[in-house]
Amino acid sequence: MRTVSYLLIGIVFGITMFKSEAASWFRIYEMFKFESFHMYGIIGSTVIIGIVLVQLIKRVPIKSFYGETIQIPPKAKSFSRYMFGGILFGLGWALAGACPGPMFTLVGVGYVPIIVVIIASIFGTFLYGLIKDKLPH
Amino acid sequence: MDWIYEPWPWYVSGPMIALVMFLLLMVGKNFGMSSNLRTMCTICGAGKTSDFFRFDWKAQRWNLVVVLGAIIGGFIGSHFMTTDAAVAINPDTVTDLKGLGFESAGKAYLPTELFDMNALTDIKSLGLLIIGGILVGFGTRYAGGCTSGHAISGLSNLQFPSLIAVFGFFIGGLTMIHLIFPLIF
Repeated sequence: MRTVSYLLIGIVFGITMFKSEAASWFRIYEMFKFESFHMYGIIGSTVIIGIVLVQLIKRVPIKSFYGETIQIPPKAKSFSRYMFGGILFGLGWALAGACPGPMFTLVGVGYVPIIVVIIASIFGTFLYGLIKDKLPH
Repeated sequence: MDWIYEPWPWYVSGPMIALVMFLLLMVGKNFGMSSNLRTMCTICGAGKTSDFFRFDWKAQRWNLVVVLGAIIGGFIGSHFMTTDAAVAINPDTVTDLKGLGFESAGKAYLPTELFDMNALTDIKSLGLLIIGGILVGFGTRYAGGCTSGHAISGLSNLQFPSLIAVFGFFIGGLTMIHLIFPLIF
C-alpha cells in the first residue's frame, strides 16, 4: 500500500515536471539568461507554499497518514560543501539542462540520450564517494 | 479540458510541486531526488570501494519507487496530456540559441542537437552529455542535495545551508551559460 503511494506521488511529480516544462533544457537556459519569469515563478511559488506547509507541520503537531511523527532533518552546518558542490551542480544543471528529478521524467518521454546523462551522473556520484575525504566540507 | 493539453503555467506547476513535497512528508518521507543516484551506486556494488556507499539501500527503496513514478509520469504527460510539446521560450532567447547553433529552439521540448538519436554518435554532443551528467552527480552529492533537496525542501524548511547551495547552483549555472557556452557552442 505504501509502495503504491510512493508510485502515485512519483507519477504526479513526473507529470508536473513535464507539463511545467521544468524538464525542458530550453527553460533552464532561459532561466539562467533571466529572460523569463517562468522558472522563477515555479520555484518561488513552490517555496512560498512549502514554507507555509512545513511551518504548519512543525507548529501544529500533524501526524503522517500512517500516524507517525513527521521528521524533517535539519541540514548540517557548513559553507564550503554547499558552495563548491552547488557550483559544480549548477555547471552540470545548465549544461545537461536537467536536474536529478526531470532527467528520469525525460526517460519516460522517450529521449534515449538522457540515459547517458543518468549513467554519467551515477558515475559522478561514485567519483564523489571515492574522493570525498579529500574535499573541503 | 483544453488547459490540460497546454503547458502548465507557473502558478499551477509551483503549487503542484509543493503538493508533491507535502504528500511525501505526509507518508513519512522527505523530498530529494539526488539521493537515488547514491542508492544506484550502492546497488551496482560501489560499497566495495568506499564507505560512503556502504548503507542499507533497501531503506531507500521507496525513493526508487518515486523515480519509477517520475518516469511513468513523463510518459503519461507527454503521450496523453500534450498535443504540441514545443516550448515557447522568450523570442530573444530563441535568437540567442540560434546564434549558438540550436536551430530547434522554440520548436521542440529538448534541443535535437543534444537529445535526438544522432547525439549518441556525435562525439561532441555525447561528450557534453557525459560531462554534464558527471557534474550533476558529483556536485549534487558534494552539496548534499539538488534542486528538490535544497531549493525546494531545504528552503521550505528555512535552512540557511540550502540557501548557500542555491547560490552555488546559480553561480555555476550562470558561469556555464554566459562564460562557457560561448566557448563550446
